[in-house]
Parts: sequence; structure tokens; C-alpha cells
Amino acid sequence: MTGYFVRRLLSALVVITGVAALVFVLIHVVPGDPVEVLVGESASAADRDALRRSLGLDAPLGAQLLGYVRSLVSLDLGTSIHSQRPVTELLAERLPATLALAAAALMVSVTLALPLGVVAAARHGSRWDLRAMIFALAGSSVPPFVLGPALVLVFSVGLGWLPVSGREGLASLVLPALTLGMALAAVLARMTRSALLETLAEDYVRTARAKGADERTVLLRHALPNAALPIVTVLGLQLGALLGGAVITETVFAWPGVGQLTVEAVQRRDYPVVQGCVLLVSLAYVVVNTLTDLVYAWLDPRIRLGGGAL
Amino acid sequence: MRGRVALAVLLGWAGLALVGHWLPLAANRVDLAHILAAPGPDTWLGCDDLGRPVWDRLVAGASVSLLVAVPVVGLSLLIGAPLGALSAWWGGAADHVITRLIDIFLAFPGLLLAIALAGTLGPGIDNVVVALAAVGWVGFARLARAQALSVKTRDHVQAALALGVGETRIVFRHLLPLIAAPLTVEATFAVAGAVTAEAGLSFLGLGVQPPTASWGSMIRDGTRYMLVAPHLLLAPGIALALVVLSVNLLGDHLRDRLDVRERASLR
Repeated sequence: MTGYFVRRLLSALVVITGVAALVFVLIHVVPGDPVEVLVGESASAADRDALRRSLGLDAPLGAQLLGYVRSLVSLDLGTSIHSQRPVTELLAERLPATLALAAAALMVSVTLALPLGVVAAARHGSRWDLRAMIFALAGSSVPPFVLGPALVLVFSVGLGWLPVSGREGLASLVLPALTLGMALAAVLARMTRSALLETLAEDYVRTARAKGADERTVLLRHALPNAALPIVTVLGLQLGALLGGAVITETVFAWPGVGQLTVEAVQRRDYPVVQGCVLLVSLAYVVVNTLTDLVYAWLDPRIRLGGGAL
Repeated sequence: MRGRVALAVLLGWAGLALVGHWLPLAANRVDLAHILAAPGPDTWLGCDDLGRPVWDRLVAGASVSLLVAVPVVGLSLLIGAPLGALSAWWGGAADHVITRLIDIFLAFPGLLLAIALAGTLGPGIDNVVVALAAVGWVGFARLARAQALSVKTRDHVQAALALGVGETRIVFRHLLPLIAAPLTVEATFAVAGAVTAEAGLSFLGLGVQPPTASWGSMIRDGTRYMLVAPHLLLAPGIALALVVLSVNLLGDHLRDRLDVRERASLR
């Protein structure tokens, strides 16, 4: 047990280091001079040099790397070029909105997907099954920047029930959460259906039926808990897609979260902020995935003893 | 039946994208008399906020999305599949390093890495292709590695090895053809992903730059005039959703036909 935990944590550490290195390469090594883009063609050479110095981009690459590592260790992500405020402060300010949106979207997708998947599996091959799968296909095909505006068109512009954008009160959370949760709901419904179909074919389900348990008990007490592992796995993996999707959804609804901050920073060429946002989101994703892995290992001895998960 | 409808939509998309170049289109013609004109007999999808005909821009956008999707998927496949297969073949330290590299790239959720990369490289269609391929190869590498691992112990591979066939030849002639079916299915789904991603980047203003039309930037412009001219939003939105839906349908169809067990990418 401890062995598995240590191995899993070590591999997470390797990935985190790699992520930090890749972000460094992205900002400091990839061709395309940030200074050139920032100041434009008309700037004087002196202006460029000043800016390059203030960003620390005039130093040799090794020194830049050292400074980068030092700033990461001390959790000081630099200062925004645009607003002149510390990047960590900006991130802390935007994080609650993104967390609220992600949690709401997660709730939307689970409440939509679980019943759909269960019904589809229980009535395999029926009209309900077909409907659920059409929903799943449509949900994974309509991107958030199409679904979001379409929902606004119907519920805000047409019916006037919900606000168009912004973050004021619970009502303003509904459409962004629906938009962001839909793609996840689609994947989750598919996974629930196939996992449940698989467990319904198991011997213990036949035993439960043979001893006279009614179909409802069989489905919810015997089959569903055993189908939970693949469903939770997909949920953990898809959390990353959720965080990534938040970038576009937040832009659609002017939701003041980390995603919107990322897009604004990229558009303004505010590299310290871009770096901070990318680091925060990808690290959050790695941490969540590691935690879910550890939780399964704790729940399911097959994983920690099988050694196949690493 | 569903497969045929999907194929028809895709052929229409590809056909328009390819032929659009020679059609008498005026995607960038500003006509102030027709600003936000509703669909009518002259301009059957109406006009946008600069009086440009929406249909013409839709066709131009189709060719942009095809011009991005095909090279992105091609590059991702060419980089990812051999790398994954070689990784599985080599095993040991090399495999370990490549697997970790894959893990690291997978740690960037969704479009995030492409957004940051497109931001650093600057806008433009070539940079969009580079940014999306830099993210896209990972899925193919992971799939190719997993599949190659399961077939590398097959008899014909062992026989080739015993006959003294070189390892490059084994990987490219004996392993990769064997795992072509799941890679084809993955490539189909990747087309849907690339079309969506291009539109997403353009929606964020990081993709194709104006005045060139892209479905993503048309959707972004359309959201500003939702109240007065919803067709600006609906036309590119429906076009995009239809193409992506059709590609996904085709992918499902191919997977069933080629008997590929599971969709390997769960992202």
C-alpha cells in the first residue's frame, strides 16, 4: 500500500516538474519574441531593451531558468505587465469563480448523465437507450462556444429567464454551468451505460436475480456500485477537460474566472500572467488526478496490488 | 443510413472547402447597404455587421477549417504513431522517457496548451496548425504505444526479428500496419477535435485573423448581434455542429466496422 502511494506520488512529482519545464520552454524558448510582439514595430531600440530587461529576457537562458525555478519555489509568479499587480494576487482573485463554475458544471453533468446512463443500460436497445445515446453524441459534438450562445439566445434573449453574462447571483451560474457540463455529461452518460452493461452481465447479478431481488435492487445495489470505478475514472480524467473548457465558457459568459484571465492575458501578451494561469490549471489537474488515483487504490486493492496502473 | 447522412455532410463540407476557391464568392466584400440584412432571396443567409454575405463567408470558413484540420491530424499522426510504436518496441529507459513525456503533455487540459502556444507564436493559420499539432500528437502516441505493446509479441513480429529484420523495418512494416485500424478511428475523431479547436482558437481571437473568415470568429462576431441578427450566430454554429457531429458519427461507424474495442482517448 505505502509502496504504491510513494510510487504514484513520485510519478506525479515527475509530471509536475515536466509541466513546469514545458511552460518555461513555451514562454522563454519558443521562437517569437514576446518583446517584439509587445512593443510593435515602431518602438525604439532603447524601449525594447528596457522592456526586455524588466522581463528578465535579456539574461542568458541558464540564468532565466534559474530565476524561473527560484520564483516557482518561492511561489512568486512575477508581476503582470498590464496591471502591474502580482500574478499570484490576480490568480487568487479569479480562482473562486472558476471553482464555483467547475463544481456547478460537475453537478449538472452528474445529475444529467447518471440517470440517462442507468436508464439506457437498463433498457438496453430500447427507444430510451437510443435517445440517451443521441443526447450523448450531440452533447459531445456541440462545442461550448456554440452551445453557450445558443442557450443565451433561448433562455436569456428569448424567454428572459436568466442573465446573459456576468457573475451576479445564482441565476447567472445556470447557463455557464449547463454549457460547461454538457460535454462532460455526454461522455459520462456513455461511460455509465457501457460500464453498467458490462456489470449486468456478471455472475453476481444473475445470482441476485435468481434469489429474487427485484430489478431495481439489482440495478442500484448490485450493478451500479460495481460499475462505479470506470465511471469515477472518467470523471477524474474529464475534470481536466472541464478546466480547459472553462477557458472558452468563461469567455462566452464574461465569467470572471481563471479561464477568462488566461484569454485576456494571451490577448494582451501579458506573459507572466499567461505563465501563472497555465501553471495553476495544469498543476491543479495533476493534483486532482493523483488524488483520484490514490483514492481508488485505497478503495480497490486490485489496483495497488496489480501494479498495472502506473 | 445515419452513416450515409454523415458522409454526405462531410463530402459537402470538403467539396465546398475545395471548390470554394473557384466559386464567385465575395466573402470580404463590404456592402454598407446590407449591414445585418436578414436572409433573403439575394443573400440567402443574410449579411453580417459589415454587410458581407454570410453564405460566402461560411464557405470560406469551411476551407479554413479543412486547411487546418487535415494538416493537424496528418502531422499529429506522423509524429505520434511512430513515436508511440517505437517506444513500445524499445521498452526500457527510452519507453519510460517517452511515456513520461506523454504524461506531461496530457497534464495540460484541453485547449490550454494550444491557447498558450498560439499566444506565444502569434496569430495566423500556420501557427494554429503548429499549436494544435504540438498538442495532438500525444493522443496518437499513447494509442500507438498501447496497441503496439499488445501486438509486439505476435508470431510474425518474432519471426521477422528472428530473420534479422532491422528494427525500423519491423516497426514500420510489421507493427504499424497491424495497428492501423485503431489509429484510423482515432484520426477520424481527431478531425472533429481539430475542427472544434480551430474554431475555438478563432473564437478567442487567437486563430485566423480578420478579414479571413473562420467559423469560430464568425460565431464570436455573431454573439454581439444576437438580438438583432441571430442568423449571424446560427449559420456558422449549425455548420460547425453538423460537421463535428458527422465526423463523430463516421468515427463511431468506422469503429464498429473495424471492430476496434474501445475509444482510447478519453480526454
